[in-house]
Amino acid sequence: MTGDHQTLALVLFSAFIAVTLAITTWVSRNRRGSAEEFYAGGRLFSPMENGFAIAGDYMSAASFLGISGLIALYGYDGMLYSVGFLVAWLVVLFLVAELVRNCGRFTLADVVASRMCERPVRIASGTSSVAVSVLYLVAQMVGAGSLVALLLGGTSDAARSWTVVGVGALMVVYVSMGGMRATTWIQIVKAVLLMAGATALTVLVLARFHGDVNAMLDSAAAQSGHGRDFLSPGLRYGTDWTARLDFISLGLALVLGTAGLPHILSRFYTVPTARAARRSVVWSIGLIGSFYLMTIVLGFGAAAILGTGTVRSSNAAGNTAVPLLALDLGGGAGSTGGTVLFAVVAAVAFATILAVVAGVTLASSASVAHDLYASLRRRPGGGLSEVTVARVAAAVIGAAAIALGLLARDLNVAFLVGLAFAVAASANLPVLLYSLFWRDFTTRGAVWSVYGGLVPAVLLVLLSPVVSGSPEALFPHLDFQYFPLQNPGLVSIPLGFLAGWLGTATSAEEPHEAKHAETEVRALTGAGAV
Amino acid sequence: MEKQQDRDDAAVHIEDPWYDALAAGWGEPGGADDPVPPGAPAAPATAVGGPGHRTGEIYLEVHRSAAFQEVRSRYRRFVVPATTAFFIWYVAYVITATAAPALMARQVIGAVNVAMVAGLGQFLSTFLLTWAYARHARLRRDRAALDLRWAVFDRTRDTESVPGEDGWWGSPTGLPAPGHAGAGEDGK
Repeated sequence: MTGDHQTLALVLFSAFIAVTLAITTWVSRNRRGSAEEFYAGGRLFSPMENGFAIAGDYMSAASFLGISGLIALYGYDGMLYSVGFLVAWLVVLFLVAELVRNCGRFTLADVVASRMCERPVRIASGTSSVAVSVLYLVAQMVGAGSLVALLLGGTSDAARSWTVVGVGALMVVYVSMGGMRATTWIQIVKAVLLMAGATALTVLVLARFHGDVNAMLDSAAAQSGHGRDFLSPGLRYGTDWTARLDFISLGLALVLGTAGLPHILSRFYTVPTARAARRSVVWSIGLIGSFYLMTIVLGFGAAAILGTGTVRSSNAAGNTAVPLLALDLGGGAGSTGGTVLFAVVAAVAFATILAVVAGVTLASSASVAHDLYASLRRRPGGGLSEVTVARVAAAVIGAAAIALGLLARDLNVAFLVGLAFAVAASANLPVLLYSLFWRDFTTRGAVWSVYGGLVPAVLLVLLSPVVSGSPEALFPHLDFQYFPLQNPGLVSIPLGFLAGWLGTATSAEEPHEAKHAETEVRALTGAGAV
Repeated sequence: MEKQQDRDDAAVHIEDPWYDALAAGWGEPGGADDPVPPGAPAAPATAVGGPGHRTGEIYLEVHRSAAFQEVRSRYRRFVVPATTAFFIWYVAYVITATAAPALMARQVIGAVNVAMVAGLGQFLSTFLLTWAYARHARLRRDRAALDLRWAVFDRTRDTESVPGEDGWWGSPTGLPAPGHAGAGEDGK
């Protein structure tokens, strides 16, 4: 990696930062400062704009670099991730998007609390939303740090730490100054850049094989060192039953977690109607689906063109597969084309991390201000305004994420993302589905369902081989590992649903027919929606 | 009752502030203006609203109306089988991929094996179900749902003067606060 790559990548990335900061300044100049404006961008985005923004929020650097890398290393087993990430959107489209748009105002807790005793439910789902967001945020910050080391050759600890601090500071500026409107535009710009970058690389890969996918797959199998096995499952997750169960657990978490991610849910409030929310999800499914199809081509293409051995020797986790592929497609190291493509990929990856981080920070600051602060302050109506609290919360969460990102910088990024999905699926999805669809659901059921998913998910991770008892663990010298799987989803998601049912069954509270009727009418017709 | 008759006139919909234009978007080709098929009542059958009805009661009433039951059953008749189908298909795919790699490795054409076909099949089924859902909602639910939304709006506006209904929800449409504690009890 020569100096040319670094200089050009830094120039492109500075251009992205300049453009996004200009957007933020421009947007905050016209800002009215209301909660509606800060959390939901005035609710006036078009379905297409919101569809791009949702796609921008969802497609993280982990999927751009990570999934292609996994495919380049393990072949078919990497593809299993892409499928899970996409199929998850059917849950969002069918069961969540329109109904949440109709019933809620800014956060997940709005939907759940509207038919319950408000305070405990709001505190519970506010807490779980913040927990999910912080996990997701730490994953992205850690990813930003390693990306710098990988792409710019700045392997020193200082370079990584300063990147994490810089990303954190930028996101606080975006979110606290620009709110949802600036964040949305940043997501849109990033989604366009990412799609353009991925499309260009995919076209170049296919052109290399004269459009013959079969030849590319054959070549990938030959270059991988695994032969035909490379094109079928089992290289990574087929070793023993623990690995298989672990993957099934991850698959469940991916599919059920997306619908519980707070930063995805909050995106549905930026459009005027439920119909617009539905159409934005249709747009985003189109974008996300084509993006993951392209990552499959890029992954197998990297294996075919570079060879699995080259990818692994550059980075054991495969994260450099796409940048290396770009370098080769552009004409190889030292050529102008190679330098430009490499720099573009690096800049797109940075832009991706910044945009995702901004979206998640905004969602968690909304949960802190709108759910936790509003419920916990002593005098209702007294104290600071909600938007002020949200701005401060964004700064505090930014600082916390920087600190955790620096502490956790040696953890695997894909694991952290999988964990965030597992917690979202265990703590947020059961309570959301129960309150939308179950007539007899009660306050106790809602509270139990949130904690009944959140606590087991976090506990099982603490007892898993990720934290102790294995050489790659966070504390390799301790051993309090009692749970064999890395991902808790297989156990904690059913527990979340079970706890919600149990809480409702044991509750003395009479199911409230009128409130249930109101929820159903509002959810399906949009009556009374803001 | 006159308002409800007006509402059946399609021209009224165009001026509707909530009615975003029925432009065919991605995955929603053509046929955007197909009306709800005949036989489905477009307005609540039990439309007996008027001043004096409180919010909770209005929602209960709309909830019991044949029009709402029809919208809900149309939604459920699509979503329940579709969700069950894609979830089983996905779980079966993941379990087969991890538990029976030999089956998945069976060759189909050239380098393409069963696993590739199944994986791309997941992409294809997701795209198809998305298209089908968007189409179903647009043709079979949207208009009836909008009519119901208007019905609730008209009747809550008539009872707008009810005191104590301006909670934090603060709806710009002047509707009463649905999240307001006790809004439901008002109807009892």
